[in-house]
Amino acid sequence: MSDPREPARAIAGTGMGGAMDLAASEAETLERAPGGPDGGAPTGKPRSLWSDAWHDLRRNPVFLVSALVILFLIFISLWPSAIASGSPLRCDLAKAQEGSQPGAPFGYDGQGCDVYTRTVYGARTSVAVGVCATLGVAVLGSVLGGLAGFFGGVWDSILSRITDIFFAIPVVLGGLVLLSVVTSSTIWPVIGFMVLLGWPQISRIARGAVITAKQNDYVQAARALGASNSRLLLRHIAPNAVAPVIVVATIALGTYIALEATLSYLGVGLKPPSVSWGIDISAASPYIRNAPHALLWPSGALAVTVLAFIMLGDAVRDALDPRLR
Amino acid sequence: MGRYVVRRLLQMIPVFVGATLLIFLMVNVMGDPIAGLCGERECDPATAAQLRKEFGLDKPVWEQYLTYMGNVFTGDFGTAFNGQPVTELMGSAFPVTIRLTVVAIVFEIVIGITLGVLTGLRRGRPVDTTVLLVTLVVISVPTFVTGLLLQLLLGVEWGWVRPSVSSEARFDELILPGLVLASVSLAYVTRLTRTSIAENRRSDYVRTAVAKGLPRRRVITRHLMRNSLIPVVTFIGTDIGALMGGAIVTERIFNIHGVGYQLYQGILRQNTQTVVGFVTVLVLVFLLANLLVDLLYAVLDPRIRYV
Repeated sequence: MSDPREPARAIAGTGMGGAMDLAASEAETLERAPGGPDGGAPTGKPRSLWSDAWHDLRRNPVFLVSALVILFLIFISLWPSAIASGSPLRCDLAKAQEGSQPGAPFGYDGQGCDVYTRTVYGARTSVAVGVCATLGVAVLGSVLGGLAGFFGGVWDSILSRITDIFFAIPVVLGGLVLLSVVTSSTIWPVIGFMVLLGWPQISRIARGAVITAKQNDYVQAARALGASNSRLLLRHIAPNAVAPVIVVATIALGTYIALEATLSYLGVGLKPPSVSWGIDISAASPYIRNAPHALLWPSGALAVTVLAFIMLGDAVRDALDPRLR
Repeated sequence: MGRYVVRRLLQMIPVFVGATLLIFLMVNVMGDPIAGLCGERECDPATAAQLRKEFGLDKPVWEQYLTYMGNVFTGDFGTAFNGQPVTELMGSAFPVTIRLTVVAIVFEIVIGITLGVLTGLRRGRPVDTTVLLVTLVVISVPTFVTGLLLQLLLGVEWGWVRPSVSSEARFDELILPGLVLASVSLAYVTRLTRTSIAENRRSDYVRTAVAKGLPRRRVITRHLMRNSLIPVVTFIGTDIGALMGGAIVTERIFNIHGVGYQLYQGILRQNTQTVVGFVTVLVLVFLLANLLVDLLYAVLDPRIRYV
């Protein structure tokens, strides 16, 4: 981090709709943080960074609220029929654009589908895309970034240049170009695209965190005692470099959900018969005057979901960053 | 300084080549451009071969890329398949998007920094909490939702502005789209300014300035803001590229015929020349904006010396 342009870069980010940029910039402070996990422990028994963070989180109302929302979302993605009895694909054109009524609390959309059922079922796609994309990005990014940071040298330089290249391509644009040929209506092309364009962000964070952790005395001590590279990486460095990755990944999850909706809105993300908030918002936007409810409910659900993940990431960051204690 | 600029410019070359090559390959994967040219019907094989030869599509990809880049550096971005030179499309599209970006950045500077300074100075007060919450909501609602909702409310329901922008795209028509485009960055500028101000408020030089008996106003504007705005300025600078690339959604909502519109049309019609040309320019803008920001950093913060 001695290079003066690094902070500016991290803030510049990807333009991936935003939140990650901030996450990246704020995670910079975190990279230095996990070095001293015992920093804020009160007198008495020393606690690890994680139990300390958990101790803080349990008392943080922001964390509790967003965790509840996320648990609820996960629940309805797994068992949508528990709260919505109908099928999201059964539509009755005769009821098109009708407002709220008994049996259909959110009204009907332009095709006469029940907005409530579709909104409930839409959670599954959003959560699935968000979770899968984040897992893929986190695994790929931290493995590549971590190895580059640990070994340094030529591969590190090459990887840094590659990440520069990916950062120079606007994400929505890349999505439009790549996904415009895809005809499959499953979620996998969208996830694949997000992993392809998202990993450089995590890899940059992971690389920085590993480089910081590598210089710690206990790593040097372990190395002097003859520990192998794999042992150093897995036992000593990874546990202390994983915190910033988790924070950025949590916030990124929210932005991936928003990105999926944006791509679906532009017509290149998920395609019908997939049920997605982005598709529903896109379909409802021409009827915005006559049937605003068809636009407002999925938009609201989308906003609450993204908000919950960003708030969770915020809370986790605060808990893991000893500087704020 | 001079050596630093040269080194940065040299570093830009591989990134530029890599990014444009990546886009070039992606567009190539995008599908057969000739198929899009014949419309709904399938192309006559002889015509297709003729067109392929004419556009140089029968050559290997790397050769196409080299030819293309050679042409770009002589100012020739090729011809769109409707016969219009791509530079002509750019000439009509870029001024519109630049105007839109300018409006967005003015919003970021005026509203973002003002809110950031206000909340940074009142950390923990109700104003601060409210603004923080609002920025969080703004960040969470995707731009296309914000755009559609504002269009519905201000344009359709209340009739304050025209819901769509005319082809001239004058500044006064771009106020609402500019605000929508700026919204997420605006929230970041607010949060960044707030953090920076709150951090520097406790610094020694501010205490010294207060102890010297300087009026509060002067302490804030000359001492506190000047130092706190360094990261904000760099954020706004690097945001230029992101805004221009991200304008695609905003331009679609408000029917603005700018870069995003042309790109969207180009992608729909599989018009490779248009897509690659516009993206190349956008990548260049992004890289140059980043370079400018890095240089600005040294000007704003004399502690940073480039060697």
